[in-house]
Amino acid sequence: MSIKLNALLKSPWVFHLSTGSCNNCDIEVLDCLTPRFDIERFGMLLVGSIKHADVLLVTGSANRKSVVRLKRLYEQIPKPCLVVAIGECALSRGMFIHSYNCPVPLDKIIPVDIYIPGCPPKPEAIIAGVVKLINRVREKAAVKK
Amino acid sequence: MDRNAVIEDIKKRFEADVTDVFDKSPKRVYIGIRPESIRRVAQYVLRDLGARFNIASGVDARGHMEILYHFTLEDINLLVSFRVILPKEKLEIDSLAPLFEGANWIEREMNELLGITFKGHPDMRRLLLPAEWPEGVYPLRCDYREWDKDAIRDRGV
Amino acid sequence: MARTIVPIGPYHPLQEEPEFFTLTVDGETVVAIDVQVGYNHRGIEKLSETKTFDQSTFVIERICGICSTSHPFAYTRAVEDIIPVEVPERAKFIRTIIAEGERLHSHLLWLGLAGHFLGYNTIYMWAWKLREEVLDVLEILSGNRNNYAMFKPGGVRRDIKAEDIPGVIKKLDSIVPTLTMLKNAVVDDPVLHARTKGIGILTKEEAVDFCALGPTSRASGVARDARKDSPYGAYDKVDWEMIVTHNGDVFDKVVLRILEMLESVKIMKACLTRLPKGDIDLNIKDIPPGEGIGHIEAPRGETFHYVRSDGTNRPARHKVRAPTFMNLPTYKATVVGETISDATIILAAIDPCYCCTERMAVRSTKGNLLGRGEDLIRLSQEKTEKMRRKMGR
Repeated sequence: MSIKLNALLKSPWVFHLSTGSCNNCDIEVLDCLTPRFDIERFGMLLVGSIKHADVLLVTGSANRKSVVRLKRLYEQIPKPCLVVAIGECALSRGMFIHSYNCPVPLDKIIPVDIYIPGCPPKPEAIIAGVVKLINRVREKAAVKK
Repeated sequence: MDRNAVIEDIKKRFEADVTDVFDKSPKRVYIGIRPESIRRVAQYVLRDLGARFNIASGVDARGHMEILYHFTLEDINLLVSFRVILPKEKLEIDSLAPLFEGANWIEREMNELLGITFKGHPDMRRLLLPAEWPEGVYPLRCDYREWDKDAIRDRGV
Repeated sequence: MARTIVPIGPYHPLQEEPEFFTLTVDGETVVAIDVQVGYNHRGIEKLSETKTFDQSTFVIERICGICSTSHPFAYTRAVEDIIPVEVPERAKFIRTIIAEGERLHSHLLWLGLAGHFLGYNTIYMWAWKLREEVLDVLEILSGNRNNYAMFKPGGVRRDIKAEDIPGVIKKLDSIVPTLTMLKNAVVDDPVLHARTKGIGILTKEEAVDFCALGPTSRASGVARDARKDSPYGAYDKVDWEMIVTHNGDVFDKVVLRILEMLESVKIMKACLTRLPKGDIDLNIKDIPPGEGIGHIEAPRGETFHYVRSDGTNRPARHKVRAPTFMNLPTYKATVVGETISDATIILAAIDPCYCCTERMAVRSTKGNLLGRGEDLIRLSQEKTEKMRRKMGR
């Protein structure tokens, strides 16, 4: 992990993408913004454009149609970046493993840095997961120094 | 008209087309009709009886294909389902989309998932399946087999 | 007369680069529209045929996260319709309570999003903060904020404890003043009137022709509600009113949903106070061969499930029809003739459930992307700002 990434993580801007999910995880991510959980006080902002993002939050079971869009977005996100897979569907497709429209799990398409299990994971779990990732990145950068 | 009067009326009006009537319960009745008559029956039920079209379900019943058209008559709390039986060699039927807009999407879906042809549909394109899905492979049929060599169907543990 | 095609980006603040709706624009007015769906298609109908009747309930729950009660409710009613059999009274009341709780949180979610698109971010934050109270109530009753897993063919899986009920009723009572305040704020605000009245009108004839459902058609004067037309659960045992308005524009849809929320609180409190004693489950062992249909009123309209059984322990065919499937094509009738900056709020007023449909995209005929979803949301918010300044508020 580079020093550049470490600097970006002081206030990571997140971009959320759904690749064919039931939207429960997406609503829980949006819940993190609302006054009860409020991640904005940590500097985490939800951005509308991929070019402004540091962290990519992915949900959903990698539908055939969504995979095309997912690959294009991953190419556009400025590197270095972090990818967070949220929910059972993003981990291994969960119960949709035998579905004819979900051929491969998400981490065979793009590299994933942290997995947050749950169906859907509670907002507390999502925040804990992102914080864990940030701490791990900081530790690695400190070790390199 | 109460529910018995409605069922008798349909039976009398389309006597040549109705094949069987299964009166399941006060709120449900299943009427079998011949495929050629679907447009006339739908026209009558929608315009004259004031029913609402709910949805159509295509079923692969192994030996043949069935389509059930579900209509709701809210005022008398009755759900009428018209069943048409299509032989597997000749899977085509008249489209209801020119009659009313509500049938447009469901016929597109049945066409791509079961392979039924709807004659006279104004805009038969793919609705749900991606563009790279092979032609002639219908997922909802009983004999569907995995065609994708790159699909991973276990968790790899 | 140059015609450009404008891609509409994600109408939901979280989604990105959707290519679903393609609007053809002439200047600022929308001339034609095309929809592409299929980005959420997970093959659930086929998956349901490989699971047993009990396991299928858990798959069905995850068709949609926002309406995660309506689908299992309709599915269990369809399976019970095969036999046919009626569940015990206590189970009916518990099912009604959970279903109304879901309606509350779904309408609040929608209200927040609509506020965001119009530029009223305060409504967004307040509606979602209020929604957390509703999710607390549902967590006390069922154990989880979403995916309650309360339904099974034959009854409910978990009971409600008597000592929880007074606390829940107190929490519901505390929501009502804020809801009333939101209602008055929406009904009295002149900028909101100017922004949403007369926009995106769906006439009664169009609503009937497209077979639209739920609030989308009730706002156009079609007085249909599955809870009144074909009562199920405890809806015929408690007092409540069906809300119908007649103009069919976006303003009517907003007011209709807020009034429905107040009715939901009424129904929930009535069911909780009058919960009868008894069994919660019939313990159905075998499903005989046959067909069954279950239809209930979800927050967005009538959900319809058709299940066919051939005597084994798995469904032979399971057809799912979510209300947005019938509501979404009405976009063809409501958006054509309106301006681009109104396009997002008109789509939002149908309250599409992503799991059934996806985002929108607008493309330029020259091939360059004129704008994405967030651009459209920004256009919509800027229009509100301009109106506000013009009115001197």
